[in-house]
Amino acid sequence: MKLYLILAWRNIWRNKRRTILAASSIFFAIVLAIFTRAMQHGSYDYMIDSAVRMFTGYLQIHSKGYWEEKSLEKALDYDSNLIKKIEEIQSVEIAVPRLENFLLISSEHITKVTSVIAIDPEKENQMTKLSQKLISGRYLKKDDNGILISEGLAKILNVQVGDSVVLYGQGIYGITAATLCPVIGIVRFALPDLNNSLTYIPLSFGQTLFSMENKITTISVIINNPKKLDYVLSEVKKIVGDDYDVMSWEEMMPELVQGIQLDSVGGLIMLFILYLVIAFGIFGTVMMMTAERTKEFGILISIGIKKTKLILITTLEAIFISLIGALSGILISVPMIIYFHNNPIRFSGELAEISLKFGVEPIIPLSNDPGILVAQTSIVLIIAFLSSLYPLNHIRKLKPIEAMRM
Amino acid sequence: MSLIEIINLNKIYDKTKVPVHALKDINLKIERGEFTAIVGPSGSGKTTLLNMIGGLDTPTSGKVLIKGVDISKMKEDELIDFRLKNIGFVFQSFNLIPVLTAKENVEFIMLLQGISKDERERRIIELLNAVGLGDKLDARPYELSGGQQQRVAVARAIASHPSFVLADEPTANLDSVAAEGLLDIMKELNEKIGMTFIFATHDNKVIRRVRRIITLEDGKVKSDVFQN
Ligand SMILES: Nc1ncnc2c1ncn2[C@@H]1O[C@H](COP(=O)(O)OP(=O)(O)OP(=O)(O)O)[C@@H](O)[C@H]1O
Ligand SMILES: [Mg+2]
Repeated sequence: MKLYLILAWRNIWRNKRRTILAASSIFFAIVLAIFTRAMQHGSYDYMIDSAVRMFTGYLQIHSKGYWEEKSLEKALDYDSNLIKKIEEIQSVEIAVPRLENFLLISSEHITKVTSVIAIDPEKENQMTKLSQKLISGRYLKKDDNGILISEGLAKILNVQVGDSVVLYGQGIYGITAATLCPVIGIVRFALPDLNNSLTYIPLSFGQTLFSMENKITTISVIINNPKKLDYVLSEVKKIVGDDYDVMSWEEMMPELVQGIQLDSVGGLIMLFILYLVIAFGIFGTVMMMTAERTKEFGILISIGIKKTKLILITTLEAIFISLIGALSGILISVPMIIYFHNNPIRFSGELAEISLKFGVEPIIPLSNDPGILVAQTSIVLIIAFLSSLYPLNHIRKLKPIEAMRM
Repeated sequence: MSLIEIINLNKIYDKTKVPVHALKDINLKIERGEFTAIVGPSGSGKTTLLNMIGGLDTPTSGKVLIKGVDISKMKEDELIDFRLKNIGFVFQSFNLIPVLTAKENVEFIMLLQGISKDERERRIIELLNAVGLGDKLDARPYELSGGQQQRVAVARAIASHPSFVLADEPTANLDSVAAEGLLDIMKELNEKIGMTFIFATHDNKVIRRVRRIITLEDGKVKSDVFQN
C-alpha cells in the first residue's frame, strides 16, 4: 500500500502547475462553501435562539390538549420538584413556569383585550430578559399585586406608571376574575403585535385572580445547546410521562421552520454551484492525468500490473488533489470562522431593519459547528471518488497493445 | 515439454476496413535457455507473434502453450497475473514508471509478487550491478540515458525470475554503443543464469548475436535457422 501512496503522490506532481491549479479551485470553493454554510447555520441558530427566548422556549410542557384549546381547565399543577428535575437534565438552562390567560383591560374610557402572562419574575427575566425592555417604572417583584404593560397598549389606554387599570374576565371554570391594579412598569417590544397586547403580572397574583391556586398552564424550557433538543425532549418526556404534552419550538412555531427551509434552498443552490466548480476542477485534472498516461498504463498492464491496482492509484491521485485543496481550505477557514463566531458580522440596510423590528439584533454569528467542516470535506471526497470513475472506466476498457501503440 | 509451443496459430485483425491476416498457421517450439530473434520486414507480423506469446493479444485460432498451459483460453485478470509471474517484458521505449527511481522500478514488480524485503534488496543490488547501474539506484528515468533506461527495463524484466523475457525492438532507440552494451548484458544473463530471451527485431546487431533466427514474411514462418 505504501508504494501506491508514494506512486500516487509523485504522480500528481508530474504536472505541478495543473495540480496546484486544481487544488486551488477546490480550496476557494470549499472556503466559500464552508462560509456559506456557517453563515446560514449561524443565522438560523441565532434566529431560532432569539425567537424561542422571546416567545416559546425551545420546548414547552402543557397538560394534554392545552395548546389546541388554550383553556384554563387544562392547567398543570405547579410542582417545583418537577421544575427542579427538568432543570437537572443536561443542557437545560432553565425551566420557566407561566400561567397565561386572556382578559379585558380598561382604563378610564377604553377597554382592550390583553394577553396576560403570570410569571415568576426572576425566572422570566432570566429567560426573556424582560426587565431590559422596561422603558419606565420598575420590574415586577414576586409578591407585587401590580402589572407590567406593553408600551403600545399603555398608549392606547392612555395610562402611565402609577395609574391603575381594571382587569376583567374569566378565571378557571368561568369564575369571574376582576381586579383593580397599579401599573408598575411599561415595557417595549419590537414586535407590534406583542407591543399592543402583552401584559405581565406576578404568578401568585395571577393564580389568585384566576382562582387557580398552585396552577400554571405552561412550563417553558430553555436549553443551552440547540443540538441537544431531541435528547432533552426525550428526557423531559420520561420525567413527565404520558399525561402531559411536550412540544418543541418547531411544533409551536411552524412558520419559523418554513421560513428557514425556504431560505435554506437559496443557500443550497449556491452550494451546488460551488460543488460544480470543485467537480470540474477534480474531474478535469483526473481526466487529463489519465488520458496522457494511456501508454504508460498499457505497459504496466503488460508487465503484469492488475487494472484494479492502476485504478487504486488513480483514485488515490484524485483523493490527494482533493485533500490538498480541502484541507488547506479548512485550515484557512477554521480561524476565520472562530473569529466571526465570536465577533459576529453586523449587517445593515433593509434586512437589518426587519431584523430589528422583530427585536433581533442584525448580526450573523457564524456557526462553529465542526459538522459543517466534516460535511464539506466528505462532499469533496465524494466528488473525488465520483471523478475517479472516469479513470476507472478508462482503465477497465484499456487493451494494453492498443494503449502502447499510442 | 517445450517452454513455448505454438500450434496452428492464426491472427486476423478484422476490425479494420480490410481484414489483415497478420499470422498464418504458425507452428513453433521454443525451448528453455534460447536466445532467439524473430525477424522479418516491417509488417511481417513480428510484434503480433510476440504479443501472442506474451498473452497480450488473443489468437483468432490455434494455441499458445506455455509450459503446457494454453494461455489463449485465460481470462483477462488471470492472464495479467500469469504475465506477472512468468514473463518479463522489455519494450522499445517508455518502459519505466517515470516517477519511480531505478531501484523502485525494479522493486515494484517484486513487491507485486510478494517477495520479501531482504530478497528484494538483494536482487535489486545484484541486478542493477549486473546491468552496470550499481551507482544509479536512486536516479529517476529522466536522469538516465536511453540505453541506461533499457538496462533498467532488463533488470526489471528478470527481477521476478520469469520463465522467459520478450523484447520487442529493445535496441531501436539506442545508438550502437548502447545497443551493444545492452546486448552484452542480456547475452551474459542468458549464458550465466540460462534466462530465455526472445526478440522481435530487424536490428542486425541483435541478429548477429542470437543463436536462432526465425524469419517471418507476410505472416508466415519463412525460415528458422540456428547459428553458431
Ligand atoms: N491492432 C491492429 N489492427 C489492425 N491491423 C493490425 C493491428 N496490429 C497489427 N496489424 C497489422 O498486422 C500486420 C503485422 O503487424 P506487426 O505489428 O506484427 O508487424 P511487425 O513485423 O512488428 O512490423 P514492424 O517491424 O514495423 O514493427 C501489419 O499489416 C499490421 O498493419
Ligand atoms: Mg513490430
